[in-house]
Amino acid sequence: MLGMLKGLMTTMQSHFRKPVTIQYPDERPDLPPRYAGFPGLIWDANVGEPFCTGCQVCARFCPTQCIYVTMKDNPKVGDGTSKRRKIVDEFELNVSCCTQCAVCVEVCNFDAIEMTHTFEMASYSREQVMNLQDMLSMKEKGGP
Amino acid sequence: MAESRLETVDMFINMGPQHPSTHGVFRMVLTIDGEQIVDMKPHIGYLHRGVEKLAEGLRYREVTVLLDRTDYLAALNNELPYVMALEKLLDVKVPERAEYIRVLVCELNRIASHLMFYGAFGADAGATTPFMYAFRDREEIQHFFEAVTGGRLMHNYFRVGGVRYDLPEDWRERLTKLIPHLRKGIVDCERLLSDNEIFLNRTIGVGQISAADAIDYGLTGPNLRACGVRLDLRRDQPYSVYPKLEFDVPTRSRGDCYDRYLLRVEEMRQSLRIVEQCLEQMPDGPSLGEVPRVIRPKEGEVYVGTENPRGEYGIYLVSRGGDYPYRVKVRAPSFCNLMALNEMMRGCYIADCVLILGSIDIVLGEVDR
Ligand code: SF4
Ligand code: SF4
Repeated sequence: MLGMLKGLMTTMQSHFRKPVTIQYPDERPDLPPRYAGFPGLIWDANVGEPFCTGCQVCARFCPTQCIYVTMKDNPKVGDGTSKRRKIVDEFELNVSCCTQCAVCVEVCNFDAIEMTHTFEMASYSREQVMNLQDMLSMKEKGGP
Repeated sequence: MAESRLETVDMFINMGPQHPSTHGVFRMVLTIDGEQIVDMKPHIGYLHRGVEKLAEGLRYREVTVLLDRTDYLAALNNELPYVMALEKLLDVKVPERAEYIRVLVCELNRIASHLMFYGAFGADAGATTPFMYAFRDREEIQHFFEAVTGGRLMHNYFRVGGVRYDLPEDWRERLTKLIPHLRKGIVDCERLLSDNEIFLNRTIGVGQISAADAIDYGLTGPNLRACGVRLDLRRDQPYSVYPKLEFDVPTRSRGDCYDRYLLRVEEMRQSLRIVEQCLEQMPDGPSLGEVPRVIRPKEGEVYVGTENPRGEYGIYLVSRGGDYPYRVKVRAPSFCNLMALNEMMRGCYIADCVLILGSIDIVLGEVDR
């Protein structure tokens, strides 16, 4: 009997402390800066283009091969506004198979990609999951 | 039975793979005689993803991503033997600070894993409250990991020659808050279950295994120590900075479900001691050593075993030169521990089989790989 009473006492004590549960989604969790959600490209606000040059290193190193990148000549090189000769044309990230491992961030030589704080990927269809990337990409950095 | 002219047949019961208390997808076929278990056949492989084969197609640096996903409750503890094996092959020195960080996060991960065991084991025995308490405390560790590694469960944090990031600036404050919280949490846990009469009646003497049998079956980790064999790789084959840290290796003698449970609670305390010492002794310096840019180890093979929360987690790494590992073999502790299940279950009642399965603390991701 004594052992059970001890347990009861412990549970009784929880009446006198603050609740620990976060009422998600009304309350948002407090994420630390390093939190790794889905990766997203970074926008170079000084020039008005992404940092990404479309070099495909991340696509080659990604363990699940969920990145698809293509490269094009940068039109801004001609008028001298940008120093990047090549620039990303299409950047597609299949969110449904990204494992949030941050390998792509680590291998990128241009620091063009980072782990965002987006972690919600629940949606009603597969297409919507793929489209999540619009929301993810292009976080601004730099600027005037 | 010719005398009574009554023919009795053994009955087969199929349990799993969708049974909620098999801790994943695990199927066992029980042969029962009345209420007693006569024989048990485990069927595994439902979670097989071919991690070892997949690893052969990844560059050396990326393999940790896969190893995280073997024993997902103690991901950092799985990365450790792999990076250590690779460091041995490459002859890379690890800075002391990195070693301390590794030990610190590994021990926290051990506590998180044992808390998970504690919660699930309580639930297996029919007590749902401990589960909530265990998860409350585990969440705090998870928050610390989020701040340090960026991930909650899959960290991909250890690198050849060190760790990926140094600790965050506020790690000392976070950790000094976390340690008393965990200490109180463990006391709460103990008060909820360890003396509860119903729990005692259900676990003492159930699923016993003798020390000799345990060694024969190749049990390691807490399951072996619960039988009274004092074997802990952190102490017996010291690696990393464990020789500089003080901790006890607790053992129990009976080798039943209750001993396995109590031993893990005690291990949490010891891990907390190690975490405290890491907090005190953490040296300054770099968190990543001098590592070649392209990892291309010379030909050779190496085996490194480390103490995972479930036992000896070993990595056998073969290199034939080149960018990709030739073979990554995982010595999975849960897999070996699971093989002793038959021995533990035979003669027990069918109501206890969930409890015995819970007490050996398997992770199916690592059994099947
Ligand atoms: S994100 Fe980085 S690695 Fe990937 S294509 Fe762009 S520049 Fe290259
Ligand atoms: S986080 Fe990992 S899985 Fe996701 S895109 Fe980057 S490399 Fe690929």
